[in-house]
Amino acid sequence: MIDTLRLTVEEATDLLERGEVSPAELHRAYLDAAAERNEELNVYLCTIDEGADGASGVPVAFKDVISTKGIETTAGSKILAGYRPVFDATVAFRCKDAGLSLLGKTNMDEFAMGSSTENSAYGPTRNPWDPTRVPGGSSGGSTAAVAAGLAPWALGSDTGGSIKQPAALCGVVGLRPTYGTVSRYGIVAFASSLDQVGPIAKTVRDCARLYQIIAGRDPSDSTTVELPAPVELPEAEDLKGLRIGVPKELNEAEGIEPGVAEQVARSLDLARELGAEVGECSLPRSVEFGLPCYYLIAPSEASSNLARYDGVRYGLRSTPNGDVRAMYDRTRHDGFGDEPKRRIMLGTYALSAGYYEAFYGQAQKVRTVIRDEHAAAFEQFDVLASPTSPTVAFELGARTANPLAMYAADLLTIPSNLAGLPGLSIPCGLSEGLPVGLQLIGRQFAENLLFRVGHALERALAFDFAPERLR
Amino acid sequence: MSWEPVIGLEIHVHLKTRTKMFCRCPVAYFEPPNTQTCPVCLALPGSLPVPNRKAVEWTVLLGLALGCEIAEHAVFHRKNYFYPDNPKGYQISQYDEPLCVNGRVPVPALDGDIEVGIVRAHLEEDAAKTVHVGGAEGRIHGSESSLVDFNRAGTPLVEIVTAPDLRSSEDAKRFLQLLRQTVVELGISDAEMEKGSLRFDVNVSVREAGETGFRTRTELKNMNSFNFAAKGIEREIRRQIEIYEGGGEVEQETLHFDPGNESAAPLRSKEEAQDYRYFPEPDLVPLVPERELVERLRGELPEPPWARIRRLETEVGFSLAEGLVTAGRDELYSRTPGEREAVANVLMNELAAAGVDPATVNGEELGKVIAQRAEIPRAAFGEALAASGSDGFSAEAYLAETAIADVGELDPVIDRILSENEQQVEAYRGGKEGLLGFFVGQVMKETGGKANPQVVNERLREKLKA
Repeated sequence: MIDTLRLTVEEATDLLERGEVSPAELHRAYLDAAAERNEELNVYLCTIDEGADGASGVPVAFKDVISTKGIETTAGSKILAGYRPVFDATVAFRCKDAGLSLLGKTNMDEFAMGSSTENSAYGPTRNPWDPTRVPGGSSGGSTAAVAAGLAPWALGSDTGGSIKQPAALCGVVGLRPTYGTVSRYGIVAFASSLDQVGPIAKTVRDCARLYQIIAGRDPSDSTTVELPAPVELPEAEDLKGLRIGVPKELNEAEGIEPGVAEQVARSLDLARELGAEVGECSLPRSVEFGLPCYYLIAPSEASSNLARYDGVRYGLRSTPNGDVRAMYDRTRHDGFGDEPKRRIMLGTYALSAGYYEAFYGQAQKVRTVIRDEHAAAFEQFDVLASPTSPTVAFELGARTANPLAMYAADLLTIPSNLAGLPGLSIPCGLSEGLPVGLQLIGRQFAENLLFRVGHALERALAFDFAPERLR
Repeated sequence: MSWEPVIGLEIHVHLKTRTKMFCRCPVAYFEPPNTQTCPVCLALPGSLPVPNRKAVEWTVLLGLALGCEIAEHAVFHRKNYFYPDNPKGYQISQYDEPLCVNGRVPVPALDGDIEVGIVRAHLEEDAAKTVHVGGAEGRIHGSESSLVDFNRAGTPLVEIVTAPDLRSSEDAKRFLQLLRQTVVELGISDAEMEKGSLRFDVNVSVREAGETGFRTRTELKNMNSFNFAAKGIEREIRRQIEIYEGGGEVEQETLHFDPGNESAAPLRSKEEAQDYRYFPEPDLVPLVPERELVERLRGELPEPPWARIRRLETEVGFSLAEGLVTAGRDELYSRTPGEREAVANVLMNELAAAGVDPATVNGEELGKVIAQRAEIPRAAFGEALAASGSDGFSAEAYLAETAIADVGELDPVIDRILSENEQQVEAYRGGKEGLLGFFVGQVMKETGGKANPQVVNERLREKLKA
């Protein structure tokens, strides 16, 4: 009997290597778990029974933003209902090549636009810790799948915090890699200069393993680079010689719940005990201007990236009377939900003649300021730490009427994303019975260091990642 | 009142790279629709562009040939607009940081060079082709449906924008011919208008002689030949002058030139001017042409056509020099010995009429044919020229074979003609020597023009003496 709720990938790999379980049995165990819990949680948009054919490794789930050859890929949108890609995304290909079987495609906010997975055209995903609450988003399907034992690990994508924030809200580990280390080829684009695919797992070491599989230059994505050093699985359980910076503005921002702050402070105390030097630093403009900067750049790029959904070649086509313009209008009216429409309008406006300099142009300048401010902090520190999300998981519907409240969920993850830096979220305790995430930010390409810090803290924190109600 | 036309050109040249600009699909013309496509050029979700190195290199090469500065840092931008032939909803193009800027082409004209500024030459991707079905003449208006063929989508395209430095339709045509010849000689495009691998738009305005500013311009689109372009420009210049002379104002608009009836219909006026919302393409990193590459390419540049026109002008005069160079015939000209003007004339007229590809012709042998021009019948000369491009063509062997100079072969023919025209023979012998031409004509007719006229003359005189 495989306990999918607790089995880590490392343990599963051991079982496979010792021949105690076959890849197909492992695959089946997770699908059985999904059959049991998916109705409540709405994690999977589709599952793949025959996914283990030819597989040799541990099964994996993909956020539905990742193109999978012959398997419906909707990005959570009605406009892509029924769309079956003719090619695999590079990350999908690399997983297949590494022997991983595909369990299914996970739910997400439409086009990765959201922080709660409520913006999916296919219904919200629920948090395994408390089904009245959201799992976070936009990769909420993937993080909930891992938390609920419906997948041992999963891929998500992160633009403004879409891996880190739901990982925090679901009590799992999530890495948003350095921009340019993981191929975006085949990832349904939201905001090209920010989108990054990353791993989600129960442990830091599992996360590192999946990152190892997907990372590295891809000739099909000219923004990717070769990793400067190979991925290392963390071993050390101390933090001797490491300097951890605590950016004041990221830790004292308005809206951070006391319970969240408490758990983060406890983690930092542990870090000190493990030998790290912990000191305060400052990222004033990054936090003050990060959110507005992000909400100019990301929608601008999105307005252009989403222009291809025009009903001409694939996906939904509405056919009103009239010419091609009428078809465009109706197709996009019928196919996009409110959030993509809102962002297309924001972005179109920000890029328009007469506004470009004041909005998009200015935001690019601010982005440079944010990058410089982070670089300055990293002259003093090796890693920066903060809460991943200001709050624990909120209730379904609590923020759907107020987009700005929803946008604030990414307040703490956005600044380092704009700077292109890697960030790891690890569960660091509970507040009100719900998981709290600790965000660790590194220099460009410093994933190995993040894994090391995350791993040591994970051991010391001994967080039980199985949701209490499912234990 | 005297009016001065002001003309600027925007030229699009397809590069003949093996593959498309941002994907590995072949650049192929005349293939069945939608067979040369992939996720990238169909804009499937998640597909990403990867720039074609060769296309970048060739754009730099062209920029250098046009005297441009090559940017140290060039950026691709997205040009956003909706149209079914634009699958991504944006075209990847270049905007304020193009690869090549500030060029200059000295266009030779009869009274000195016309300096044409090259504002920019940038690299972009072509759109797909839309076919409108069920309407009149394939136009969108009145059509029942439209089909899109994505084979052309993503073909590398260089856009060259000139300064408004041209002052007549002839000069515009001159510039276009030189530009076409340049890209053909660089081997980067076949620049064929029929294939669509060379297209251009013309901006036209007029102003009073002596005026320094520019007036409102109109844009002529759909120019499909240099001659039509010249006619279209003429017509537009006249139209604008008439408007001003009638006290009116020219409106900024785009005119779609219809070569069928040589009229220009307005496409869109500035009220509908589009906002393309250009922004840097985030899927691509900036282009940084390596300096060594640029210098290597600069070193490989051939002598430009305009310089060759000036060089040849001293031998054969301006018109022939210009004709030879813009027709791509000056290389053969330089390999063909003989009296220079005669050689140039034959190359531009008879050889061109014979449809022979100059590259296949052995100049030495052609020189021999031309040298014998006076001695051989016109038909034989033409045939020799027509054959001059074939493998192993030898002037002597060919002329010997085609021109009947053999007395043994000609004599019976001459004898028969003389016997059939006894009256004329009497008259000739009676002093009407002008009849010789009549006899020559008869012999030539009988031999299908292949007889060597000199030999025929000699033999006739000989026989008529008797």
